[in-house]
Amino acid sequence: MSIIREEYPVEAMDFVTAGEASAQIKRMLKKLGVDPGVIRRLAIACYEAEINLVIHSDGGKLTLELNPDNVTLKSDDVGPGIPDIDLAMSEGYSTASDDVRMMGFGAGMGLANMARNADHFRIDSKVGEGTSIEMIFDIKK
Amino acid sequence: MAAVNLHSVKLDKGKCVGCTGCLKRCPTEAIRIRKGRATIIDELCIDCGECIRVCQQHAKIAVTDPLSAINRFKYKIALPAPALFGQFKKLKDVNSIARGLLRMGFSYVFDVSRGADIASRAIMEKLKNPNCPRPLISSACPAVLRLIQIRFPELLDNVVDVRSPMEIAASAARKEFCEKNNVPSEDVGCFFITPCAAKATAIRNPIGHTKSAVDGAISIIEIYGLLSSQLRRDKTGDEDGFDRTHSGSALGIGWARSGGESLAIEADEALAVDGIENVSKVLEEIENDRLPDLKYFEGLACDGGCVGGPIVFENVYIARNRIRKLVVDLPKEKISDAVTLEEVKALGNDVCFDKPIDPIEAMKLDQDFKEALKKMDQIEEVRKKLPGLDCGSCGSPTCQALAEDIVRGFARELDCLFLLKQKVADMAKQMVEVSELTRE
Repeated sequence: MSIIREEYPVEAMDFVTAGEASAQIKRMLKKLGVDPGVIRRLAIACYEAEINLVIHSDGGKLTLELNPDNVTLKSDDVGPGIPDIDLAMSEGYSTASDDVRMMGFGAGMGLANMARNADHFRIDSKVGEGTSIEMIFDIKK
Repeated sequence: MAAVNLHSVKLDKGKCVGCTGCLKRCPTEAIRIRKGRATIIDELCIDCGECIRVCQQHAKIAVTDPLSAINRFKYKIALPAPALFGQFKKLKDVNSIARGLLRMGFSYVFDVSRGADIASRAIMEKLKNPNCPRPLISSACPAVLRLIQIRFPELLDNVVDVRSPMEIAASAARKEFCEKNNVPSEDVGCFFITPCAAKATAIRNPIGHTKSAVDGAISIIEIYGLLSSQLRRDKTGDEDGFDRTHSGSALGIGWARSGGESLAIEADEALAVDGIENVSKVLEEIENDRLPDLKYFEGLACDGGCVGGPIVFENVYIARNRIRKLVVDLPKEKISDAVTLEEVKALGNDVCFDKPIDPIEAMKLDQDFKEALKKMDQIEEVRKKLPGLDCGSCGSPTCQALAEDIVRGFARELDCLFLLKQKVADMAKQMVEVSELTRE
């Protein structure tokens, strides 16, 4: 059984390449013929995750794993971590700087948006170390 | 699967030199150079006309109807695109174009800007529905619709189900003409005077409805010479045949420029984007949910909008500026004053779509997901061997595309000049080794 695993490094505060990993992932899933509805949800979650890495972390990576039944998207970073995950998950809560908000990011819906779009969502964070997110998207048959 | 071989961009094999001009510019990577000539992959082509524009040899041709095609019908209706108004210097007034077309042999002229007025009103009604998808996406540009079918199928539900101004104009013109003159519909031919080839395709293969009300498309460049000589002879106040025309409002004519549609429909959160690459990028943003406040998206494949079409005469910036000036001089009339809801309703089913727009699965590697995964793996293996220069010498637009072509069975590894060079070097080395070993 073929399983594809791809890693996409994402650099902190690199707005030049921000969004490229998500675009590549989307293109790949379209070529595989994944259901458009699943791609749309994954695209939204994936872009949020990528932008979070750019804005909030000190750098990290997105990992995509493809199985015949589902797509797993992981986001792992080195960074400040999240002290209160429940608070961070609430819509509208954001620690993004004014500079970042000026660019149209950091509206504080990222994590909630990810959780809403994924079929399974798990988040682990250690303050001062970093954050790991795992999202699973079931592929409709 | 949409019908193939219906495209309006064709290759003149005698002129094509097999260079990489069109190959590198095609936004959907639909072109390959095979056996020294460009070929178009039908499923991927969106008729945007970029290849027509960039080909230095003029080997890419737009397939439209000749002017003589109007003689198939007893009564001939001209449907001039709003973009036509930007083609001529010093237009005396908007009606001079209609007068010129009548002198050229048309029986009636119905400006597509009037169709745009009606489409605007219909779209405004759709926007009033609080449950309409956000953003609603304009259905005016057939190349953009085809791009969405291929690359952004999940956004198809956002496309506003109102037919293009061209279609609405044709239905309204036919109805009006037949009623006025008491003639049967089959005696009437409607011909769009088009700035682009995508419209010709949309007539043969409509998107969102079963049958087109238009009978043919004649390019602006085809009639340019004849019409300009008519315009030179045109006299202000020469109202001959004036009752045989129907024109649109300033806002309807404004549809010729990028942003004109958004202006006409008075959407407070609208975004107009022109140029197919730009449209692609913003659709990506919409797909990523980056524009949650957006209510209306107007995307036009050509730079500047329809005035920048590949088969017009005038430079896009000059034409765009003329349209701007023309619109400023015309009476200010809101769409709600130009078109009543009764007028929209009178056209019945000819205003909205009668079927959903289906996705075109041209990107899929395989119908079976496991097979597709396997192929994706193979593509990655092949791609690693390729130099990553995207030179196009192999005939595929990028190394990634060549890797896919190889796995799909349309190309070979040795089509890559760098792999071929390596192979020749290896063989030469082996020959030397053999000759060393066998030296007596």
